[in-house]
Amino acid sequence: MSGEGSVTGRSAVSRRRRVLGVLIVVLVIALAWVLIKFLAGDPWRIDGQLVHNPPFRWKLANDQSLPHIWQVFGTMTRPIQPGGPALASLLFDFSVYTARGAALGFALGAGFGLSLGILLAHVRVLERALVPYVVMSQTVPIIAIAPVIVIGLQAGWFSVAIVASYLTFFPVTIGTLRGLRSADPRAIELMRSLAAGRREVLWKLRLPASAPYLFTAFKISATAAVVGAIVGELPAGVRDGLGGALLSFNQYYTIAPERLWAALIFSAGLGIVAFMLVVAAERLFLRGYRQTEELT
Amino acid sequence: MTADQPASASASPVVEVRGARKVFAGQSGQRVEALRDIDLTIGRGEFISLIGPSGCGKSTLLRLIGDLTSPSGGSVTISGKSAHRARLDRDYGIVFQSPVLFDWRTVEKNVQLPLEVSGVPRAERHERAARMLELVELSDFAGHRPWQLSGGMQQRVAIARALALNPQILLMDEPFGALDEMTRERMNLELLRVWQATGTTVVFVTHSIPEAVFLSTRVVVMSPRPGRITDLIDVDLPYPRTIDTRELERYFELVTRVRESLRAGEGREAGEQAEAGRRVRAEGLSA
Amino acid sequence: MTVGNTAVVQPSLVEARRSLWRRVGDWLPAVMVAIGFLLVWQVAVMAFGVQRFILPAPLAIAGAFGTYFSEIAAAAAYTATEAIGGLIFGVAGGLLVGFVTARWVSAREALLPFAVAINAIPIIAFAPIMNNWFGLANPASKMAIAALLVFFPVMINTVRGLTLVEPAALELMRSTAASELTVLRKVRIPNALPFIFTALKVATTLATIGAIVGEYFGAPRASLGQYIVQHAAYFNFERSWAAIIFAAAIGISLYLLVLLLERLVMPWHASFRSHET
Repeated sequence: MSGEGSVTGRSAVSRRRRVLGVLIVVLVIALAWVLIKFLAGDPWRIDGQLVHNPPFRWKLANDQSLPHIWQVFGTMTRPIQPGGPALASLLFDFSVYTARGAALGFALGAGFGLSLGILLAHVRVLERALVPYVVMSQTVPIIAIAPVIVIGLQAGWFSVAIVASYLTFFPVTIGTLRGLRSADPRAIELMRSLAAGRREVLWKLRLPASAPYLFTAFKISATAAVVGAIVGELPAGVRDGLGGALLSFNQYYTIAPERLWAALIFSAGLGIVAFMLVVAAERLFLRGYRQTEELT
Repeated sequence: MTADQPASASASPVVEVRGARKVFAGQSGQRVEALRDIDLTIGRGEFISLIGPSGCGKSTLLRLIGDLTSPSGGSVTISGKSAHRARLDRDYGIVFQSPVLFDWRTVEKNVQLPLEVSGVPRAERHERAARMLELVELSDFAGHRPWQLSGGMQQRVAIARALALNPQILLMDEPFGALDEMTRERMNLELLRVWQATGTTVVFVTHSIPEAVFLSTRVVVMSPRPGRITDLIDVDLPYPRTIDTRELERYFELVTRVRESLRAGEGREAGEQAEAGRRVRAEGLSA
Repeated sequence: MTVGNTAVVQPSLVEARRSLWRRVGDWLPAVMVAIGFLLVWQVAVMAFGVQRFILPAPLAIAGAFGTYFSEIAAAAAYTATEAIGGLIFGVAGGLLVGFVTARWVSAREALLPFAVAINAIPIIAFAPIMNNWFGLANPASKMAIAALLVFFPVMINTVRGLTLVEPAALELMRSTAASELTVLRKVRIPNALPFIFTALKVATTLATIGAIVGEYFGAPRASLGQYIVQHAAYFNFERSWAAIIFAAAIGISLYLLVLLLERLVMPWHASFRSHET
């Protein structure tokens, strides 16, 4: 008398199809980039020689606004100061710097959000008192407070982490609240019939039940933390991170537009890496859980 | 003809419900009397079914016995102590209509849950859980996840979990209601086997008259508005009960008796239909 | 449902009094927190002489608010236009692409996971590019960022809302031989509305953020982002905070607008969501 066949989670086939899909879209974007330059960019010159003259002209596709994709990658291999390291290496260091701020911010924000969520779930009065502010904190563009925090605290990348943590805590709080409440009322009765104390119910039932919701929140928060870290670097003109790089390359845009694009690519990469880390952690921690649709 | 006859109510009472009432506050301040004047004594080792139409309070009575809700009046004692004390002493096992297994735990760890809450050390937990799974014949699935099992199997795990602490009383709230008829009958036999092996006292809520008669030593008939007990019917069918038990004339008589009692409780006449039915069945059997 | 033998008090009067009391009780803790917070803040600053650097006293901020009201309001109006413009374009684009993507399964399989991944990119990083494309002084540069930020959540949620329908509901429609358009109107769109409104609520914040961060990268002086940064750099924190209050007001107003719209469009759902976000 056996049950249904063993289900180990999303099948390998669909996962492969997803990776393929992503690769295809990346390829399509690269091709589109080249195509736009081909059809509507400035004349293509290699070493001064005219190689191709596009039929149309579109201001947004000229070499100033949209460097050739190979120019962007090319500039990554060259140093920006004579004798200095290659741009790619510099940008990598900047990414690490920003990543540190984002990681600390994420940890702080997630920790705070989780604790706050647990507190609010258990103390009804507090919930009614604080939830409106928690919601309001989301509608306030915290980004507006960033300059004050960063300049006022004068604490370097710690202030950056504070900004990142502020953007992180809200989704985690909401996810925690939702998740803790998602426990089957029958399961709660079960725990009561076993005379389990509140702490045991929390650890053995509510927290494990909220894991899927938490990871959904973490995916949003990871991205938000990176944004917070980058934005946090702007007001103080912090030069060691990606935000700083975006600022400086922005100033030199007319001279070397490719550098800004290169910094952009690294920023995008950082965001995606952060997202992927959460996805990997999710796969690890939610291994036994029944597969449900995304709980956004 | 039979192995053991289970104890009757008179010998060593386990559950004593005296004059219990339960009143709920409704939506707009109205008060709903879910249970009124409940007097019930259950002996050790008995198998009691609570049966009645929706709203008769059978699930509420089950919860009253298990101290999952407190009475608005009257008392509930378990082996002399209050129901509240009994719950704190972990004298209950409970099985719901849905298995309520934890997705994030393996089958084995699900069965271990009561043992964990009770502070049983790890080695002993493992051993007791293994024994429980053996009892419900699911040892091979100890490492599986709940959602990998069929509905019937999940309920068996739920039963194993409910019995993990060897509780005095097993509370069951329509545990087989979500299963198909054939699985249900199979589970009935399973449950009886487990019950005879452990000697636990069982309070079983059901909608199904045949099920109530087949499983129980006594059937408690309830009716609604307000919820009360209208009849107590001894089921004197011999144990162990098998699929053949369902063919006995006495079985049909008892089923009809319960059905009539339910109808009477609802204020409807027994009617000639019941008479005719009984006659037809008697003729069919004797032919 | 019977009532027992006990007497029944007039339900209507008790009910009315109870619901009013409950309404007050719901909001009282929150209001108390606000008042308490402001009081503690004011007293702490006065008692401990907290550096006016980071945290000026609420009264000082209120003062700056009054003194510089017109210039901050002008900056706020400029920023608000950017945010609203970006919101409109982003929502329109997200809805459009969402509907199209939901219709064709192959497009959905390919695009949705990618859209989710793109959402992970700090789109903010595009702000300097937009400034260069449209021009610093052109509000369109900030609208573009805001629109980009808004587009993805709206699109993703639209697709989810249109496609995550109970199979039983679809079968019901099919059994009445309903056309695809009818299914769309009567089943999918109502199903999608809660998802879309969730996205809209997030979108309001994103649009404001997009506008302000875009301004950090370069904008006319009479814009909130520049105002905040400039005055923070000169340590005029009261004026920065006063501007921040305006920024918050923009965010909250847009959010409330969405709430209002939600209550109009989905009255059956809005009240239900009072305990969720």
